[in-house]
Amino acid sequence: MLQFLIRRLLWAVFLFLAATLITYVIFYVVPADPAKQMCGRACTQEDVARVAHHLGLDRPVYEQYGRYLWQLVGHQSLGTSYTTRQEVNHIIAQTAPVTASLVFGGAFFWLLLSIPVGILSALRARSIGDRAAMVFVLVGVSAHPVWIGLILSYFLGYRLHVTPIAGYCDFFNPSLGSDCGGPVQWAYHMILPWMTFMLLFAALYVRLIRANVMETMTEDYVRTARAKGASEHRVLSQHVLRNSMLPIVTILGMDIGLALGGAIFTESVFSLPGLGRQVLQSYSNFDLPVILGVVVFSTICIIIFNLVVDVLYAVLDPRIRLE
Amino acid sequence: MTATLEVEDLRTSFRTDDGIVKAVDGVSFSVDKGRTLGIVGESGSGKSVTCLTVMGLNDKRLATSSGSVRFGGEEILGASSDKLRKVRGDRIAMIFQDPMTSLNPVKSIGWQLEEAVLVHQDVTRSLAHARALELLNAVGIPHADTRISDYPHQFSGGMRQRVMIAMALVNNPDILIADEPTTALDVTTQAQILRLMQKLQDEFRMAIVMITHDLGVIAEIADDIVVMYAGKVVEQASAEDLFERPQHPYTWGLLGSLPRLTGQTERLYQIPGQPPSLLRPPSGCAFHPRCEFTFERCRAEVPELVAFGEPGHRHRCFLDNARRQQIWEAKKLEIKGEAA
Repeated sequence: MLQFLIRRLLWAVFLFLAATLITYVIFYVVPADPAKQMCGRACTQEDVARVAHHLGLDRPVYEQYGRYLWQLVGHQSLGTSYTTRQEVNHIIAQTAPVTASLVFGGAFFWLLLSIPVGILSALRARSIGDRAAMVFVLVGVSAHPVWIGLILSYFLGYRLHVTPIAGYCDFFNPSLGSDCGGPVQWAYHMILPWMTFMLLFAALYVRLIRANVMETMTEDYVRTARAKGASEHRVLSQHVLRNSMLPIVTILGMDIGLALGGAIFTESVFSLPGLGRQVLQSYSNFDLPVILGVVVFSTICIIIFNLVVDVLYAVLDPRIRLE
Repeated sequence: MTATLEVEDLRTSFRTDDGIVKAVDGVSFSVDKGRTLGIVGESGSGKSVTCLTVMGLNDKRLATSSGSVRFGGEEILGASSDKLRKVRGDRIAMIFQDPMTSLNPVKSIGWQLEEAVLVHQDVTRSLAHARALELLNAVGIPHADTRISDYPHQFSGGMRQRVMIAMALVNNPDILIADEPTTALDVTTQAQILRLMQKLQDEFRMAIVMITHDLGVIAEIADDIVVMYAGKVVEQASAEDLFERPQHPYTWGLLGSLPRLTGQTERLYQIPGQPPSLLRPPSGCAFHPRCEFTFERCRAEVPELVAFGEPGHRHRCFLDNARRQQIWEAKKLEIKGEAA
C-alpha cells in the first residue's frame, strides 16, 4: 500500500511539472507582451520595461518558472493576476465551486439516466426500446455541447419560460440587492447546464453500460449463478451489475477529473462564472498567472480523482491489491 | 422404479443469422441414482447443449427444444422458469468446464456457496455458512475455515473445481451434471478430481452425467456411455460393452486416438477431417465423409439406432454385422497393440 502511494505521488509530481512547464513554454512562445497590455496605451518604452521588470517578465523563462514553483511550494501562492491584480488563489476559490456544481450535478444526472437505460438496453438487446436508446446515443454523441445548450436555453428558457435562460446563483450567499441565491435558486439556474451535461455524457455512458452488461451476461459465472437456481433478478443484481460497473468507475473518475478543469463550452453558453469561462477570459488578456492557476488546479483534480478511482477499484474488485 | 433422469428423443435447435442449427437431434438416455453416465463426443457434437437443455439453461430467445426430459417421473422440459429454478441447483446440479471463469471474481467463495444454499432453503446465513464449510471440507480444501472467506483468484484451478463441486453438492442433489470438469486441469489434478467425484458419489448417492471428449476419463468413471456425433447418438452401451465390443466406426476412431503406455512410439490415430457444420450437415449418415468404410447407402440414407448384442447396446451404422465384427477384430489388434 505504502509503495503504491509513493509511486503514485511521484507520478503525480511528474505530471504536475510537465503540465505547468508546457503551459509556461507555450505562453512564452506566443508573441504577446503582457507588460505592455497591463501598462496601457499611454505608456512609454521605459514604463513598459519597468512593469516587465516588476512582473519578472524580463528574466529568462527558466528563472520565471523556477520562481513560480518556489512561490507555489513555499507559499502556496499561485501569484496575482496581471490584469485584475487579484490573488489567483482567490479567483480559483471563486470560480471552482461553480464548475464543481456543474460537473458533480451533471454527473449525478447523467448516471441517473444512463444506468437504467443502459441496463434495460442490454437486457432487451435489439428490441424497439434498445434501438430507440441507440438512436439517442448517436444524437447525443454527435451533438456539440454549445448546440445542445443553445437549443435547451432557447426552447425551455426563452420560449417556454420554464427555466432561466442563463446565469448563476450562489448556493450559500444571496448577493446583495437581489433574490438570487440559496440552494433553490442555485439548482433552478443549474437545471439547463446539468441537462446539457446529462445529454452529452449519458449518450456515451448508455453505450458503455450496455456493452459492459451484455458482455458480463455471457460470463461463465453468470451461467453458474443460473445453474444454482438463482432468480433472474438475483443474477442481475448480485452477479452482473457489480462486475459490469467496474470499468464505468474508472471512466467516470477520469471524466469528472477532466471536466473539473473547465467545461468551457457549457459555461460559456450559460454564462456560468466557472473555471472554463475564466480561462477563456484570461487567455484573451494573456493573463498567465490565472491560466497557470487553472492548469495547476485541474492537474491536481485529475490526480486526486485517479487516486480515488484506484482506491475504489481495489475496494470493489478483490483481484486488485494495492501492492 | 423410474429412473432418476430420463431423456427421450430430445431435440434442440438454435436460430442463427445463417439458418437453423440442429444442435441436438433425437437424443435418449436415462440414468439412475448412484450410476454414472458418460456422454462422449468431439467439440460441437451437441453434448453440452444436451445438458444445458436438461437444465433449462439455453437462451430462450434463440433455442427451441422438443422431446421429453423427466426428472423423478415428472416432465421438466418446457416447465415454467419458476419450477425449473426450484429444480436447478437443488435436485439437479451442474459443474462446468472452466473453473477459472465459473466463479464470480468479486464475491468470496463462502458467499457463493452460501448463496447456493439460501436460494433453495429457508435458513439463516450462519447455518448456510456452516453447511458451506462442511462441503469445503468434504471436497478436501485445506484450511477450509480460513479459506472460506477468500476470493476465487486466490485458488488454483484444481481447488476452484473443488469449490465448484462443493457448491453443486451443497443441497444434496439427485443428479450432478459435469460438463468437461477436468478438461481445463492438468493431468494429476484431473485424476484427483475424478477420484473425488467418485468418492462423493458413494457418499451422496447421486447420479452423475459426465460430459467429456476424453474416453480415458469415461473409462475411469462411467457405467454407461453415450457417444454423440453431429447432434445424434451414434452408439450407446454399458461401459464394458462399449470398450469390448464397439460397433460404430466413430467409436473405433475415438478408441484408436487414446494414448497408451505400450512402449511403442507410433503416432496416435487421428480421425481424418473435421466435425461437420451443423448448419449444413452432410447428407445421409453425418459421419460418412470421415468414415473409411463408407458405401452408397451411407450417403443417401440416415441410419436409425438399432439394437445389437447386449440389452441397451444400440448403434447407428449401415455396415452389416459380419463385416463390422471382421473390421473390429482387425482394429482391436491395431488399437490394443501387444495384447494380441
